[in-house]
Parts: sequence; C-alpha cells; structure tokens
Amino acid sequence: MSAAVLGLRLAAEPAAANAPGEPWLNIAIFGAFVAITMIIVFRASRNNKTAADYYAAGRSFTGGQNGSAIAGDYLSAASFLGIVGAIAMTGYDGFLYSIGFLVAWLVALLLVAELLRNTGRFTMADVLSFRLKQKPVRIAAAITTLVVCFFYLLAQMAGAGGLVSLLLGISDLLGQSLVITVVGALMILYVLIGGMKGTTWVQIIKAVLLIAGAGVMTVWVLAINGFDFSALLDQAVAVAENPAILDPGLKYGVSDLSKIDFLSLGLALVLGTAALPHVLMRFYTVPTAKEARKSVVWAIWLIGIFYVFTLVLGYGAAALVGPSVIAAAPGGPNSAAPLLAFSLGGPLLLGLISAIAFATILAVVAGLTITAAASFAHDIYASVVKKGKPEAGAEVKVARRTVVIIGIVAIIGGIGANGQNVAFLVALAFAVAASANLPTIVYSLYWKRFSTKGALWSMYGGLASAIVLIVFSPVVSGSETSMLKTEAIDFAFFPLSNPGIVSIPLAFFLGWLGTVLDRGTEDPAKQSEMEVRSLTGIGAEKASEH
Amino acid sequence: MGNDALSAEETNRPIVDYRAVQQSERFQRLRRRQRGFVFPVLAACLVWYLAYVLLASYAHDFMSTRVFGSVNVAMLLGLAQVVTTFAVTTWYVSFANRRLDPIASEIREEIEAEIADASDVSASSAASTSSSASTPEATR
Repeated sequence: MSAAVLGLRLAAEPAAANAPGEPWLNIAIFGAFVAITMIIVFRASRNNKTAADYYAAGRSFTGGQNGSAIAGDYLSAASFLGIVGAIAMTGYDGFLYSIGFLVAWLVALLLVAELLRNTGRFTMADVLSFRLKQKPVRIAAAITTLVVCFFYLLAQMAGAGGLVSLLLGISDLLGQSLVITVVGALMILYVLIGGMKGTTWVQIIKAVLLIAGAGVMTVWVLAINGFDFSALLDQAVAVAENPAILDPGLKYGVSDLSKIDFLSLGLALVLGTAALPHVLMRFYTVPTAKEARKSVVWAIWLIGIFYVFTLVLGYGAAALVGPSVIAAAPGGPNSAAPLLAFSLGGPLLLGLISAIAFATILAVVAGLTITAAASFAHDIYASVVKKGKPEAGAEVKVARRTVVIIGIVAIIGGIGANGQNVAFLVALAFAVAASANLPTIVYSLYWKRFSTKGALWSMYGGLASAIVLIVFSPVVSGSETSMLKTEAIDFAFFPLSNPGIVSIPLAFFLGWLGTVLDRGTEDPAKQSEMEVRSLTGIGAEKASEH
Repeated sequence: MGNDALSAEETNRPIVDYRAVQQSERFQRLRRRQRGFVFPVLAACLVWYLAYVLLASYAHDFMSTRVFGSVNVAMLLGLAQVVTTFAVTTWYVSFANRRLDPIASEIREEIEAEIADASDVSASSAASTSSSASTPEATR
C-alpha cells in the first residue's frame, strides 16, 4: 500500500532476461507459504457460523495478535519495496513517507480506536449511523468504504503484476495476467473459507515474516559496516556519487509546487490512516476497547521499528547495490530490496524476501476484500434492504457471494490496471479516506450537534472533491508519465498530484456547514447513548463463545 | 447471534436512562479527562509533525547540518518523530489505565447490574420460565 504512493510504477517491462536469482526457487518458497497458511486458514475456519464469527473473528483475538495483524495489513509490499527503493534512489525524501505513515497512528490511537470499538459491531457505518438517520448515512458510508477499498485493491493487484515481472521473470502480458488471476483466486479462497479469522492469521504470519526478514537484513547491513551507521551513509554517498541523498529535498524540493504537493500528500497520509475502512474493521476483532487500545500500541511499535529498518535498508541498498544498478534493474526502484537481499544472501535470501513480498500482497488484498464484503452485506443488504431483519444466516451468505464478486472485479481491474501508475490509485484511496470518512468519524464521536445533513454533505462532498481533483490532476493527464501516457491529452487543471490539502479541509467545512444549516434535529437520547457507550463500553459487543 | 439484525442496540435502550448517566457528575468527569488529554496531545503531535514536514521542505540548509559523522539534523529529527510517537503511545496507555479505565468500568458495571436487575424483573413478571434473554447472546 503505502509506498505505492512513492511513485511505484510497476510497468510490464521486458524483465525475464535479467531477473536476478532463481524463479523456480522463488515460486517454491511462495508455494510453501501458501500451503502453510491454507492449512491454518482451514483449521481457523471451523467455527465460522455467525456474522460475528465471519466479519469479526468472534472478537476473539488478543491485542497482541490483532496488533500484529494490523501491522501485516498496513505494511504492504509497496511499503517494503517502495520505501526501501525510494530511499535508495532519492535518499532522505523516501524516509519522509515512513514518518507520515507512523505518526498517523496517533490519530487512530487517541481519537478513534477505542470509541469505535465500543459503539460499532462490524463496519465503519455502524458508528457513523448510530445516532443519525440510519438509511442515508449507512448508504453513504458504505459507498465511501467500497470506493476506498476498490482503489486500494486495484493498486495491490496491479502491483502484483509488476512484482512478478521482477521476481519470477515473467515479462509477457499474458503471463502476468495469469499471475494476477492466481493471486485473486487464492485471495477469494482465503476469505471465503477463513473469513476474518483466516484473513487475520495470514496477516499475522506475514507480519512476523516481513518484520523478521527486514530485521535480519538490517543487522546484516549494519554488521558489514561495523555497526557504524555513519560509515554506511558515507559508503552510500560514495557509491551514489551524490552527497545530496543524505539531505531532504532531492525529490520534493525541486519547486515551490512540489513542496506544496508534498504537504498535501503528508496531510492525506497522516489523516487518512485512521479513516481506512479495513484498518477500522480490525478493531472489531478484539473482545474489548482495552484490547483495541493494546492492538494499536502493538501496531505502532511494530510499524515504527519496521520503518527504522527501511532507513538502514534503503541506504544499504544504495551502498551495496548502487542507485545506477537499481535504476537499470527490471522493476526499477522497487527492486532495491530484493537486489540487496541477493547481494547479501544470494538466491536463497532473494527467494525468501521475494516470497515475503508476494505473501504481503495476498494478505493485504484479503483484508480489503473482507472489509468491502462486510460493508455491502451488513450495511446495504442487512441494514437497508432488509431493514435490519435479514433471515438467519442470510447476511453471511450474501457476504460470501460478495467476496467472489469483489474478487472477480479485482482480478479484471488488476489486469486492466497492470502497468498503470499505482501511485495514483493509492494516493486516491488515502485522500478519499481522509476526506470522505475522517470528518464524519470525528464529528459523530465528538460533536454533539452533528447532524445527518452534515454527515451526508461531508461524506459525499469529500468523496466527490477528492476524485474530481485527482481526475484533473497531473497524475491522470498532461505528460508521458501520467495515466494516459501522452502529452497530447491534457486536462490537468489542478496543479497538485494529491488533492488532500483542498479536499480534507473542504470536507470538514461541509460537515460543519451542513449541520449548521440542518433544521431537523437528531434524537438527543441517541446522542446520550452513543456518548455514554463510546466512553464506558456499556452494551459493547462481547466475544462470542465457542 | 443467530439473527444478525441490529438487535443489540434495541435490547437495552428502554432500560437505561443514558441521558441521566451522561449528565451525571462522574460521567462528565470521565468525558473531561478523556478530551482534556486527547485533544491537546494530538494537536501537539500534529503540529510537531507539520513542523518537521515544513522544515524538510523549506529549511534544507538547517536540515543538512552534520551533527556527527555523516548523520545530519534531518535524520535525527526523523528519528525524534519515531521516538515521540512511541513516547506519546506509552504515555497515553498509562494515562488511560490510571485515569480513564477505573471510572469507565465503575459506570459500566453499575449500569450492567441495573440492566440485569431490570430484565430479571421483566422476566419474572412475564412468568416466562426459560427464555426472555437478558443478553442477545442467549437468543441463539
């Protein structure tokens, strides 16, 4: 996810000729990962009976387990490959992202996690519609959830295609499409069988492997340099022949506009995380708000430590592999981490790291799919279509069918988006989450007067402004590097590539304006109930017993 | 929950007077404490992050100053962001454990006892022996 923002352009370049390592070894290690996790998913899925089991894993995970799963959900392949690559190529500016992604968790910890766990059951919409008019607010929240998940999903699937060209040496479009289909099919299987429980275990295993793998490489790189970080930096400067890689500004300091663009991106990152539906849904998998708090604490430590590793790995790749070699490799900057693994531990370590990177996509995609399916089945089918009274078991049945449909859509979309600028999709997901969801989440938890009209204006206004501004931004048209890949078509009227700096304040403003102009009043008893429940945990959903 | 309807919200509404709880001195104290911590601390963290981003964008010379060896101010400030994030996390957890959780669970336990009493009464008055669940879980 995250670092797809870094300009992850996984194009379908001819790669087979110079892919490093042994493709069959990479496939074998990845196959072993799939086999082991499949067994665990089967075992975990025995108790998937009710909606609480399927969406929220029976609320039976501990804070530590859930925190690891959150880290597994959050640290995607793009985060690993992308940030290491960005630091190796553009030096310090790559590290700026890591900081934004980490600090963002304070918003989740302090403002959202516990209160959300106390008031909701399965989805973000549960909380947003608690004291407002159920139907319109639920539909709006479900729409923003589906849009964010869809773009995030598309980015991951497209990233999978590019990763393959790099790691397995499959360069033709048909082969890559086949791999995207395999990834999609595996993901459907995990989510269909395992539900939230299976998905969570895949994420936990992946998080452990990813952080351990990055940790081993970090110690290895430091050991080569006598555990002297400064010496590593000196070597990186010498190999890159550019002392500027240690200083900020190499990428984002080039013009006044790029500086504002970075500010806009930083705002979207720091405010987007706490509004990502698949992150929010993870808080329902623990039994109490206190465990939700513990989850975030675990996640913050794991994610923070991981990002410190990436700093060492990024400069390590610059020092041991060299930016010019990385730039020439298939996959470009995204190959920095695998190439570093290759230069440290040969084909075996490369195989391991590649399999971990691949497993990462699978785990993230599974988490997104179950969130989108839950939102459709719970918010739209059960709550709106069936008015909160679906037949027993029908909701989970609908959720399972939705998983298959979302899986197929993701496969088709992933094949279509293969080779597209993945940065555009993920930046859109973060910006949409921060604009469409965050204002309403914060207002409904903390502002007594907040009304239905305010919620609808803020959600639809934030969603529309974020998407419209992206459509008219330089990421879509106007240059060779844009989505349309030509200078001939140019409708880039909005100069920034991230809309956050405009759309987020706008959504907050619309939420306020809609509320002030709303003549209808909300039920004050509901407001009292929500506030009391959010802070004390009265009536919060308990763990289901098995 | 065999039925996935939104039954949990429905079951305990008539029994508990949330309005009264909300206006009670104890709940107001809990609310004040939570907001009194969360708002200023988060605001400070966001300002500190924003300052870091602005420095990285607009104060290149300062950020490029070498502190020891090749390690410069930018790297130390970046790591300082990580450290403050860890520190605030730890601080909040200890604050919540000491200052928020005791009041919250006090209020919760009292009300849950109230709910249990009320549903006992209604159950016996309806003279139903087996069912009339006090929790949605029991409807399975």
